[in-house]
Amino acid sequence: MSNIPAHLKYTKTHEWIEEQDDGSVKIGITDHAQDLLGDMVFVELPELETVLEAGDECAVIESVKAASDVYSPLSGEIVEINEDLIDNPEMVNKNPYVDGWIFRLMPSDPEQLGNLFDAEAYEIAASEDDH
Amino acid sequence: MGYRTSLYDEHVALNAKIVDFAGWDMPLHYGSQLDEHNIVRNDAGMFDVSHMTVVDITGPDAQDYLSKLLANNIHRLQQPGKALYSCMLNETAGIIDDLIVFYLDDDFYRMVVNAGTHDKDLAWLEKQSSGFDVDLTEFSDTAMIAVQGPAAREKVHQTLSQTSREAAEKLAPFFGIQCDELFISRTGYTGEDGYEIILPKSKAADLWRSLLNSGIKAAGLGARDTLRLEAGMALYGTDMDDDISPLEAGLSWTVAWEPTDRQFIGRDALEKQRDNGNLKKFIGLILDDRGVLRNHQTLVTEAGQNVGEITSGSFSPVLGKAIAFARVSADVDDHCFAMVRNKQLRASVVKPPFVRNGQACFK
Repeated sequence: MSNIPAHLKYTKTHEWIEEQDDGSVKIGITDHAQDLLGDMVFVELPELETVLEAGDECAVIESVKAASDVYSPLSGEIVEINEDLIDNPEMVNKNPYVDGWIFRLMPSDPEQLGNLFDAEAYEIAASEDDH
Repeated sequence: MGYRTSLYDEHVALNAKIVDFAGWDMPLHYGSQLDEHNIVRNDAGMFDVSHMTVVDITGPDAQDYLSKLLANNIHRLQQPGKALYSCMLNETAGIIDDLIVFYLDDDFYRMVVNAGTHDKDLAWLEKQSSGFDVDLTEFSDTAMIAVQGPAAREKVHQTLSQTSREAAEKLAPFFGIQCDELFISRTGYTGEDGYEIILPKSKAADLWRSLLNSGIKAAGLGARDTLRLEAGMALYGTDMDDDISPLEAGLSWTVAWEPTDRQFIGRDALEKQRDNGNLKKFIGLILDDRGVLRNHQTLVTEAGQNVGEITSGSFSPVLGKAIAFARVSADVDDHCFAMVRNKQLRASVVKPPFVRNGQACFK
């Protein structure tokens, strides 16, 4: 079974969301998603200061097998991107919840956090996804 | 559930990710496709290719039959065990399948064709055999393991009986030999040295395990695809099909025009194509920009004019860049642009293969 840390929030499209002390959120893809996609070879990061609506496509991760869109779980502005992924996309496979983070967003509507899955709900959604 | 090879349980025991391939439940990878790719380039990996179809063609007319059936010239095979790569064409010179045929005797040939084309191939072989004194015998109780990589032969030798080992050690590239229950050929689909071994299903798991014990790692269909792409080898159903002739699939070298009186199926249509000219060309591409080339991406000029399409694209682990095969109009010169998510990414035209014996080798 894949690793689903209890302190994070999740989307049904396999992003994880970590709340930061300054009110921003870090976003990446889950262990389950990286396992489905296989070895990562390319990450197309969003541009800084891009303003997004919840559900917008904002990054692309490509494995040897396929390209997959990453969707912004929340509305807000991109305030940081993980440039280490440009040369080391495999960090998304090796450590999806720490070194493999993709971007940091300052939410414009923090109440949207309430729409996200907790770990338990995501585990159910992810297991249904397997069938 | 699809068909399962006699090694299915071995794949499951090695935690393979199983996917459907042409109706078969096959291992895509056993954890990391990239690791498996690199093991084959640097050491030795093995693939279960038992889903492939093997047919023996026997009888006094076997040679005449194959001379009509294949675009390459079966008469080139003079030494026992020698293999020939060929396309099998339809009347309009489209490729029904690409295949390998071994010469075992004047009245005895062994053919290996793709799994995805099994039904139509067998129907075609049967149909064309009318008027020839030949028997077609499809293997139904065999498995096939491909062991590939610079250390592959040496590691396979450790697992063989003395007589089989001696026979295998003497085998020249692109030859095969029957040793006891094994048909061992020095062939493959990765650009590395190695063997493909056909053996009874009942013996397959034992051989698989002793190959593992000799230090050979299991590799899946994912690595097989990136390895063959780096090695410049076309894939049926992707780079060629029933509507594409060898002249537009980078396979002109497999068409034997001489002798001119050899009337193989598709010859007339192929000659017309050749004489009319204006054919698309089949090229290799290396992506200069960052990104990944994929099957069916459109190719354009800098001004955005369509010049063709990628037939196979992926990421080359050895080069660390995206590579592809593409079919393009003849006026494409040294570069073109791939349309990737509405962006034009620059790609350089090269002559495959991209990698031989573990090293970059494109021109």
